[in-house]
Amino acid sequence: MTTAPAISNARATVAIHSENLCRHYRMGDTLIRAVDGVSLAVRAGEFVALLGSSGSGKSSVLNLIAGLDRPTSGSVIVQDRDLAKLSREELAKYRLHVVGMVFQSFNLIASMTLAENVELPLRFAEVDRSQRQNLASEALGRVGLRARMNHRPSELSGGEQQRAALARALINRPQLLLADEPTGNLDSHTGTEIMDMVRQFNRELGMTVMMVTHERALAERYAQRMIFLADGKLIDDRINDDQVNTPTEDVHKGGRS
Amino acid sequence: MKIPDLAELALRNLRESLLRNSLTTVGISVGVASLVAMLSLGIGLQQLFSRRLAKSGLFDTVLVTSRRDLRGMGRDRDDRGGPTPGESRVLDEPARQEIERLPNVLEAYPDIRFPTELRYEDKPHLTMISALPSSAKSNDAFEGMQGSFFSSDTAAEVILQKTFAEELLGKTPARGIDETNVADLARPLLGKELTMLYSQREPSSTQSSSTAAVASAGGDVVGAAYSVVSRELKLKIVGVSDQDPETMRGPTRAKVFLPLKLAQNLHVMQPTDLREVSRAASDQPVYSSVSVRVKNPAQVKLVEDAVKKMGFGTFSILDASRGLQLVFTVLFAFLGIFGSLALIVASIGIVNTLVMAILERRREIGIMKAIGASDGDVKAIFFAEAGSMGILGGIVGVVFGWGIGQVINMATNLYLKSQSFPPEHFWAVPWWLVAFAILFAFFVSLLSGLYPAGRAARLDPVQALRYE
Repeated sequence: MTTAPAISNARATVAIHSENLCRHYRMGDTLIRAVDGVSLAVRAGEFVALLGSSGSGKSSVLNLIAGLDRPTSGSVIVQDRDLAKLSREELAKYRLHVVGMVFQSFNLIASMTLAENVELPLRFAEVDRSQRQNLASEALGRVGLRARMNHRPSELSGGEQQRAALARALINRPQLLLADEPTGNLDSHTGTEIMDMVRQFNRELGMTVMMVTHERALAERYAQRMIFLADGKLIDDRINDDQVNTPTEDVHKGGRS
Repeated sequence: MKIPDLAELALRNLRESLLRNSLTTVGISVGVASLVAMLSLGIGLQQLFSRRLAKSGLFDTVLVTSRRDLRGMGRDRDDRGGPTPGESRVLDEPARQEIERLPNVLEAYPDIRFPTELRYEDKPHLTMISALPSSAKSNDAFEGMQGSFFSSDTAAEVILQKTFAEELLGKTPARGIDETNVADLARPLLGKELTMLYSQREPSSTQSSSTAAVASAGGDVVGAAYSVVSRELKLKIVGVSDQDPETMRGPTRAKVFLPLKLAQNLHVMQPTDLREVSRAASDQPVYSSVSVRVKNPAQVKLVEDAVKKMGFGTFSILDASRGLQLVFTVLFAFLGIFGSLALIVASIGIVNTLVMAILERRREIGIMKAIGASDGDVKAIFFAEAGSMGILGGIVGVVFGWGIGQVINMATNLYLKSQSFPPEHFWAVPWWLVAFAILFAFFVSLLSGLYPAGRAARLDPVQALRYE
């Protein structure tokens, strides 16, 4: 393993760049420094794992990059957008078009079928109905769920739900995939299946992936780079040589049906 | 988000908590129903009165008299402008034609009323006769009439009022509620003949047998005189009217009716002739009063002014009707306010339902925001839900309100029938009220959605996603 490369020489291909990023909030009388001066740069196409124990601030960093939250101070620039300076409306557009998100608890809407869940971002993007259905069907096909597109989430296993969530995250063809403990609610077998799929998107579609996890083994297996956080501060940032140097292996187990 | 998508999402969300949203919608529909019921009662009553007034021929009628007569009768209500009594014109045939040519005037016909003796089966009956223009056919005094209206304006035909028909048949008119069936009265009378004995006035040059010459009492026409000749005329009974003469005014307030042209040609001596000897003596007919029918009640004032400029006195019940309009406006406002109260209560139900929905769907809102929904999208979804409940409630409510109206209308008519009154439509739901009620429910619902939608839109996605 080697230390992360300097930011400057990768300027042209930087996807995420944060400078002294802080997110503080008050809880009663105490000031909680969830994110406390994090500076990092992620190249386009990189697969980065954010590691740390619970309360280390890794999810908070992810939320800031996702545009779900705003920094107290410092800056976070994603694909040339300074998120702190975007209006609420612009931030919503950013989340819609630039970012795809998957969560530990899948976060599919229970009252909608898989197809409806997957096409929901397209509704917000005001895509025509017929085109929406084609795209949703295609995205569900990519994660091997085309046959189940008219089922509701409750009728599916956790792995299937997370695959549907992945399909939803990809439907608007975002440049950035943000995953918050994507395997946290899955057994190790289905977890692997999901992670293989994420890596496939990273390699085939050239998406930048940032994944929050507390499982170091998982990060070592899939991420090209690991960033460690503790108490809201970046404490380590290293290249995972195994992944960088051995790029392709057979990961298509859970791929197309 | 596009409107069809929005509507679809809203309806889907409403279906998810079907019971709660249905109850809220029922609340709205009850509110709308009460509004519709109240307003349609107001509209119906107003229409009923307008219809009655329009049919009574009073609403759009101006009574024209020579100014002198008005003074004499002590009911000159208008001293502003206009000619002084001295300038007053004679109300004769040219004047009548001139009035008829005024803009907005439908027709101007002389009021001919005279007491006379009618013989039926050789028994004499004294009564008041009135002449009717053919336009009186649409008058509701003849709504429940048996038989038919005059076949022509000059036909030797007669229409009887119910109480006079009873008199002819030798029945005593019942007191209080009249149970007599007009059809029973009409059956033995229709087609029968009456003989009318009347006095005809003729210029005195005419050599008649029994004459009573009356000399002019001086004034402008010196030496004018006329004779009164007794005449007989056979009349065929063509109709028996249902109307109680005491409830009517104007020319219909009589017990026997003749066609106008026929009555005019008879040159019957009228009570006023004794006062207006000089006029009565002339060959040209002179009228004590002329009824002017105006195209539209709104133009009554214009016509009245025009007639006054010609030098005649006028009378209309326009002022009375103005007061009536005010009463109806106030009634309408009150009914509207009371009707709206239920809708306002229902709108609080919408607020409550949506606030609950936000609590329940907090996580869903967080998800939608995380995958790219803007504040506006979230707001629009809740607005659409509120609006859908409003429109649905509005539609159901209108049907509901219409139903209530029908039931009450039916029940009241049943009661009216038992009291032997004719049925009435005092319940009207015009299309504009239907549209207004639904739109009103829609806007009230949107207004109710304002606060919940704003609250949903402002939710912090990070916190909303954390919420289980």
